[in-house]
This record gives sequence, C-alpha cells and structure tokens, in this order.
Amino acid sequence: MDAAALTSRFPATQDLAGKDMPTYRVAGTDLLAVVSALRGEQGFDLLADLCGLELQGRPVRFGVVIHLLSTTHKEYVRLHVDAVNDRVPSVSSLHPGANWHEREAFDMFGITFTGHPDPRRILMWEAYPYHPLRKDFPLAGIEVPLPAADVAEVTGQTVEPAPMMGGPFVSHGGHFSEGEPSALDQSWNEQKPKA
Amino acid sequence: MGCSPNLPKTTMVKSDFGYNSKIEGEVIVTRADAVVNWVRSNSVWPMPMGLACCAIELMAAGGSRFDISRFGMEVMRFSPRQADCMIVAGTVTYKMAEVVRRIYDQMAEPKWVVAMGACASTGGMYRSYATLQGVDNIVPVDIYISGCPPRPEALLDGMMLLQEKIRQEGGSLRRTFRGRTVETKIVS
Repeated sequence: MDAAALTSRFPATQDLAGKDMPTYRVAGTDLLAVVSALRGEQGFDLLADLCGLELQGRPVRFGVVIHLLSTTHKEYVRLHVDAVNDRVPSVSSLHPGANWHEREAFDMFGITFTGHPDPRRILMWEAYPYHPLRKDFPLAGIEVPLPAADVAEVTGQTVEPAPMMGGPFVSHGGHFSEGEPSALDQSWNEQKPKA
Repeated sequence: MGCSPNLPKTTMVKSDFGYNSKIEGEVIVTRADAVVNWVRSNSVWPMPMGLACCAIELMAAGGSRFDISRFGMEVMRFSPRQADCMIVAGTVTYKMAEVVRRIYDQMAEPKWVVAMGACASTGGMYRSYATLQGVDNIVPVDIYISGCPPRPEALLDGMMLLQEKIRQEGGSLRRTFRGRTVETKIVS
C-alpha cells in the first residue's frame, strides 16, 4: 500500500491512521478515481464490503465505508466517504459486487448512489416511506399500510409498531451472564401503560 | 346404536361395542361427518411455508427418524392447489406476509394453518419494524406450536392436535364457493 502516492495524487484524501488497516477519508468527487487507481495500480481488486453509516455530531450526517482487499498482496484498505447532500457516487461500475450493497445502504439510510444502474430498495418494499436504520427511526417501526393493497383490504391489517414492552431486550451482568435478557424499563408493558 | 330384541343377549352386548358382521352384514352405519373427517384427518397434505430455521425442524419431522408419514402427512406439496394445511415455519416479514396470504388464498377448502414456533405465532424475538407480529394477523390459525424452534416431536404433537380438531369438525360436507354455501349430496 503506497500511502504517499495516494495522498499526493488526491490532495483531498486524508489519512485517518487506521489501527487495523490503512484508512483514508476520500472526497466524494474523488471516489471513483481513487477506487479505480487502487484497483488498477495497487492491486485492490476485490470489494470486500460497502456499508452506509450515520455519524451523529458530524457536519455531514451520512457516510459510506468501503473495504477493499488485494488478493495479490493480501491486505485491506478502508475508505470513508462523506455523503454530502446524502449523495455518493456509485462504485458498481468498477466493482459490480457493490450493486446490492449500495441498494442496501440506500434502503436503510436513504443515501443516493449517483450512477447506480438499478437504484431500488432491496430489503423493504418499494413503497415503504422510511429508511429504518436512521438513528431517528424507532426500532418498533411506524404505522404504514401493508405492501399489498388487496391483502390489506381483506385482512384489515397494517404495518404496526412492534410491542416493545420497555425493550429492546438486553442482557444484564456483563459478558457470560446467566441472567435472562430483559427490558431495561420494566415499569410498563402491553397491559400497563408507560407512565 | 341399538340392536334387534329378538337376538340372544350375548350378541346384543357385543354389538353395542362395535361392528358385528352377523347383524350388519357388510354395512357400517355412521355419520357422514365422521367418515369425511376421518379421511381428512389422516391425509393432511401440508404446504411447507418454510421461512426460517423452523423449516429445518420441519424437514427433520419429514425424515425417517421422526417420520411424519406415520400420520399420513408426508406428502409435502409445494403447490397450494394440492395442499390443505399450511405449516408456517419461521419469521414472517411484512414483505413476505403478502405471499403467505396469497398462497393461503390459493389453497382449496377445507384448509388449515399451523403456526410453527415463536416467530410465526407472535413475531417471537423479532420486535422490529420489519416483522409481522404473528401470522394470525393475516390468516386464521388453527394450531400454535411453541418453541424456538420447536423440536420435531412438538410439531408432530401439534399436527396430532390438528387431526383431533379436524375429527371434531361439523358440517364437513358444506363449503363456501364464491360466497355461496354449497351442500354436497351423497348419492347411493
């Protein structure tokens, strides 16, 4: 991994001094060129992972992390990209395997990947109005209609917030605890309303 | 159930307990419901709606060790047209709920639904935006089986309970067809 070559060629690239692998913050405008250079010149030919993330307290709310693996040099590199205006260029033209990862990041966080060949949701259904992995989305969910209108009509069912009973359920007593996982706030449940 | 008063007393006692070929010849008198239910309960053809790890236990129940064919249920049909009991084995997401309901609608009457395991019964440990909190929200469920996942013995126990339920059903010759109630006539 030639760090100096990367930072000198792309001045906006910042070395984050990763503890486990070389880590860089890359500008969105440079991303395709950086990934292309890493693949063509430094042998990072395999996209190991691509995921969205939400960083609270930073000026740009969303980001994308890309892990690249060199199958010849047996080393990884990690790239951070800030999603300015919730947009990141798609790398699926360089690594076709990024296609579904980017669809998942779009589905869960609402990050738009510009130039993506198939920018649809992948886990939730097409008409779902939210992006559920955002920090402001409750784990229990928000009431919306069922995906199929005819099934909703026959059953009278909607997508309901899941009963949390004071949850989510966590284990107490640290690692290897033998206690049952339980809700942090047990003062309420389905029968007893939250005070 | 009675018998002719002209017959000797020993025959009367015997005939009270069951079929006596000397009196009844080759005729068995019973209720149509009982016969139909007997047939139905011993040839339940399941539709394996395997959605998660419960399906592995469902497969084990079909194998030789647990052998669901002892109850006449080994004929797993992947076509809803040929099945009459949907075993919902696993986590039903809201995206999958549509498919489950559609397959249920495509099954011919009479039909039954078994919710196998915690997820199919109540949503189980998946208390989240993506998971249907119990398949009984979209289809009528006859038998709930607890467990995460239930062992094959629990599934077999649930299926035997379903057989018991089928045997006690009334009006088994009646069915609804396009909103009308149709009575099947037995012609001898």
